[in-house]
Amino acid sequence: MTVNDLISSGIFELVNEGDQPEAEIEKLFCCDLLSIAMSRAPSGCAWVTVMGNMNTLAVASLCDAACIILAEGVRLDDVASVKAVQQGITVFRTDLPIFEAAIAVWDRLHA
Amino acid sequence: MDDAIQLKYTVSPEDFTRAGEASGDLKKVLKQIGVSPEAIRRVSIAMYEGEINMVIHANGGEITVYVTPSQVKMILQDSGPGIPDVEKAMQAGWSTASANIRSLGFGAGMGLPNMKKYTDDLQIETVLGVGTTVTMIVNF
Ligand SMILES: Nc1ncnc2c1ncn2[C@@H]1O[C@H](COP(=O)(O)OP(=O)(O)OP(=O)(O)O)[C@@H](O)[C@H]1O
Ligand SMILES: [Mg+2]
Repeated sequence: MTVNDLISSGIFELVNEGDQPEAEIEKLFCCDLLSIAMSRAPSGCAWVTVMGNMNTLAVASLCDAACIILAEGVRLDDVASVKAVQQGITVFRTDLPIFEAAIAVWDRLHA
Repeated sequence: MDDAIQLKYTVSPEDFTRAGEASGDLKKVLKQIGVSPEAIRRVSIAMYEGEINMVIHANGGEITVYVTPSQVKMILQDSGPGIPDVEKAMQAGWSTASANIRSLGFGAGMGLPNMKKYTDDLQIETVLGVGTTVTMIVNF
């Protein structure tokens, strides 16, 4: 499943479409602590988190995450919104809890 | 280090809007010169953790990076408070980060352990009230 496929599925609200919509979503990763995410997030992952600040974007970009999914109704703050556009990172948001958001992607990955 | 590329970055204190910029730039440079994704990943982790520590614990500072075809050497210099007990600071889970900093997602106490784990060499020189210099080497 590509980032584009996840966009068209419409299961999450699209906050920013990044510059690599063709990137393959290979794995799922859930974590809110940045230095754990930094060392553990696999490249090409869809990263589900409740941290909507610009450090999340910096880590996603350094880890080559395929996209970020903000769960629990979290929104990107203003600075982070600008950064997402600048860095070309795809960001979704949803009111679902982290686990349910991740499962929704998992089901599509393994459909 | 004769044929080394030298890169210099200034890290501003408490400025989270720019935190991670030096790491991002270094990653771009390494990609351009064809360093393997695995080595880039290790450098990115170490550099980002060091850069963020300068922002949240040490009022910013200066980073100098030397890149050769076989290694990256990162020297992170700050004039912050210094680290009273380096051994303790190196322990996974040890953190003095404030509630405010923790609410941003930092403070797991995993930064220094990550820097140790993903580099081939890590040296910390620190003097209380004077500052800290962290030197890290990643071989390709
Ligand atoms: N450059 C520095 N100057 C002064 N103190 C530092 C510096 N770097 C680290 N420390 C001290 O060492 C502790 C451990 O650092 P470490 O990076 O492992 O964890 P952290 O920054 O608190 O949390 P995390 O990196 O997981 O977000 C810090 O909480 C801080 O007290
Ligand atoms: Mg740290």
